[in-house]
Amino acid sequence: MLIHEQSRPGRRAFAQAPKDRPALDDIPVEMQRRAPPALPEVSEMQTVRHYTRLSRKNFSIDTEFYPLGSCTMKYNPRACNSLAMLPGLLGRHPLAPDTHSQGFLACMYELQEMLKDVTGMKRVSLVPAAGAQGEFAGVAMIRAYHDARGDGARTEIIVPDAAHGTNPATAVMCGYKVREIPTLDDGDVDVDALKVALGPQTAGIMLTNPSTVGVFERRITEIARLVHEAGGLLYYDGANLNAILGKVRPGDMGFDVIHMNLHKTFSTPHGGGGPGAGPVGVSERLVPFLPVPMVGFDGHDYHWLTEQDCPQTIGKLSTFAGNAGVLLRAYIYARLLGREGMVRVAEYATLNANYLARRLADAGFDLAYPGRRATHEFIVTLKREARELGVTAMDFAKRLLDHGFHAPTTYFPLLVPECFLIEPTETEAMDVLDGFVAAMVAIKAEAQSSPELVKTAPHTLPVRRLDDVRAARELDLRWTGSAG
Amino acid sequence: MPFIPHTEEDVRQMLAVIGVDSIDALFDEIPPTLRAKPLERVPEGLSEMQVAALMQARARTDGQPLCFIGAGAYDHHIPAAVWQIATRGEFYSAYTPYQAEASQGTLQLLYEYQSMMTSLMAMDVSNASLYDGASGLAEAVLMAVRANRKSKSRRILVPRTLHPAYRRTVRTIVGNQKIELVEVAFDASSGRTDLAALQAHAGKDFAALVIPQPNFFGALEDVDALTDFAHANGMLAIAVVNPLAMAVLKPPGDWGDAGGGADIACGEGQPLGAPLSSGGPYFGFMCAKQDLVRQMPGRIIGKTVDVEGKPGFALTLQAREQHIRRSKATSNICTNQGLLVTAATIHMALLGGEGLANVAATCHANTVDLLARLGGIDGVERVFDAPLFHEGVLRLAAPAADVLRSLAAHNVLGGYDLSADFPELGNAMLVCATELRTSDDIDEYAGKLTRIMAARTQAKCPVEPKFK
Repeated sequence: MLIHEQSRPGRRAFAQAPKDRPALDDIPVEMQRRAPPALPEVSEMQTVRHYTRLSRKNFSIDTEFYPLGSCTMKYNPRACNSLAMLPGLLGRHPLAPDTHSQGFLACMYELQEMLKDVTGMKRVSLVPAAGAQGEFAGVAMIRAYHDARGDGARTEIIVPDAAHGTNPATAVMCGYKVREIPTLDDGDVDVDALKVALGPQTAGIMLTNPSTVGVFERRITEIARLVHEAGGLLYYDGANLNAILGKVRPGDMGFDVIHMNLHKTFSTPHGGGGPGAGPVGVSERLVPFLPVPMVGFDGHDYHWLTEQDCPQTIGKLSTFAGNAGVLLRAYIYARLLGREGMVRVAEYATLNANYLARRLADAGFDLAYPGRRATHEFIVTLKREARELGVTAMDFAKRLLDHGFHAPTTYFPLLVPECFLIEPTETEAMDVLDGFVAAMVAIKAEAQSSPELVKTAPHTLPVRRLDDVRAARELDLRWTGSAG
Repeated sequence: MPFIPHTEEDVRQMLAVIGVDSIDALFDEIPPTLRAKPLERVPEGLSEMQVAALMQARARTDGQPLCFIGAGAYDHHIPAAVWQIATRGEFYSAYTPYQAEASQGTLQLLYEYQSMMTSLMAMDVSNASLYDGASGLAEAVLMAVRANRKSKSRRILVPRTLHPAYRRTVRTIVGNQKIELVEVAFDASSGRTDLAALQAHAGKDFAALVIPQPNFFGALEDVDALTDFAHANGMLAIAVVNPLAMAVLKPPGDWGDAGGGADIACGEGQPLGAPLSSGGPYFGFMCAKQDLVRQMPGRIIGKTVDVEGKPGFALTLQAREQHIRRSKATSNICTNQGLLVTAATIHMALLGGEGLANVAATCHANTVDLLARLGGIDGVERVFDAPLFHEGVLRLAAPAADVLRSLAAHNVLGGYDLSADFPELGNAMLVCATELRTSDDIDEYAGKLTRIMAARTQAKCPVEPKFK
């Protein structure tokens, strides 16, 4: 039942708002609203009960194993939330003067410095609000760099076919044409195809390493050399940074610009879809173009760096300085981990992924890249199961929900048929991974003995499989009824 | 090890299953020349107790000054239940609801959010959020250029009364697509968009007109005239509004004497339950007319049924989005501001339409009181005479930066200095009082400002404003 359907005219959560409504005598009547908006009229307890109940219809990291590939669903430490919500931090106005901001700015400055270190980049701007906005900032900086050199002929961004959808979408938002290159059977980029694609029209390439198929791009140094020789720049999609934190640095691989997903690698919450934070780091040649504001330090005080300090900046990306509260959570997480903890993130994420891949392979599932070492994630292809048993990756995914596990990422990357992209993360224990293997084995057995059970899953959730076609054809995007 | 559950015995067994003798061996595909040296600028890890002490000290450093700054972020009361529920692990640590059956909580909540926002804006459809007000407007501009089929123009009319940070952000985001923003001047006495200046653009080809309400100065625009002008000239009308203000002001869907209403309504969702938090995370909202729904960026939730006919909720119209349409998507946005929308939905449910109207009217009454009190001080005067909502401009007989610095030294954040963005206004500042600023707070501010201005007058002659 919707909150709207629990509404009763005249019911109020009285403690929530000022008791009185002063008259708006000085505002002409024709500018005023005729009647307050028709929002639900409910009590405080109804509201609390309704949304608490709704929350229980969600899978979440706090309640289930959530091996969603490319999303890094690891434990979000509670301290990061409670300390970021200390009153002094929560109540700070974004336009408060520097005299009343030194505590906050110190955290941001130190976070910039730590992110520079773990990525091997020259300088970092924290402002992009999410990965896709970080991508936008990165490609916009590539464009600004070429423009500043008077090189207007570079009109293309190269993107591997396995890339996240945000990569080509971002290139287009920055006014570029997208040129796709294929991935080889072993998961590496097709360097011969890259050589053909490169030319005076190349502005840059967007790469994820480890790639979206869960392997480390072994020829990255050669790729960087080829792109640079062609006059292009290299963009690093940091979605998979968790796999290499403290082990390898994008700057050392030859990348010119990177974004980091702090809601993945630095464990800020996904919040049912956001918020994230997508700071960008750059090599020397892109420093002048970083988005503002950034935080500077003169040895004594911290201060904002704005358009006045950075005249070649690509500009602002949001009203203030991005998702500051998310950045604070990431800062706190980084201080809890420390330098030794960061390396452990990559090590144990990789250990868990390789263990789970090996256990699934031993249990009879097909790895998409069996000859390769898994990074923090890997791909299982259920093509054989689909052919022999008529049970698809989607069916497996839905049945996993019945077994108490969130499904891995399905049908991405697009080049592997019937695929599961599985990322266990470092915060899961061995027995949880074993439980997941047992569920996969059990589902396969169900698919052999009673395939309908799997094809019609889930059976134990608040709803059965939903009619997506109807959702799109008979659009119902808001409640239009009247209160009870 | 922090957040890593492995025992030594676990590790031994796992390595044996994999068939390697050390964790380091798992990195053997990485060229040895690329292996990183130990991190130098990341300090050693701290315990939770140590980090707590550090963060408490940092929070104390910034104090909790008495705040009269608005300028796009407003200090409102947030009911206790809002964030207690929003930070429940089931909301806080869930992912984007791609697996609908395992995400009915988030999906139903978002559907309720869409229902509430469309009521508040009097619009047909809402998405499930964008990053913030400024970047959300950039998305609205891109959407308008795509959606305006009558016009091939890539030019947008943007009043100078729009928040300057919004203007700058939109320029960053749409500039690479060769979209041009053409500014419209404001009337010096009212602080509203100059309708005569706007008329100069009549009959020219523009894709859209941006209409802020209230505008950056707090002044109320003649939204009916502006909306009618846009439609009469083949432009889409993009409303940029404070959602709290819409509890008492005419909502975008009702704008225009011709009855057309705004085509797109967007803005900063922060006043609906997001703490100030240094500028984010907030959320950008976006609503539109029904026929524009397929041009919207971001996620949209639809109600449908499951195989047994039971109602349920799912992401819909995903063919607009980057994970399906890639380079042909309406936007590159993926992660949005879901948790803030969770808070906003609970916030709106708790306050209801009447409660929101009480908050809005109280903010306004406090601001009117503040402007009257401060405007009566020697060396301080009101600048604009148009009706306003919840925020206003004062001119000082001294540089605003100096006065604001003196106030800050007395723990009052007195307003936002307008001199950099609007030099034509002279020594002007933008002030705001929300429902949280009591009459005592306003007294305190007025008392301190009186003393500061008096001290300056005694020290030297008042500076004449350079008003054009």
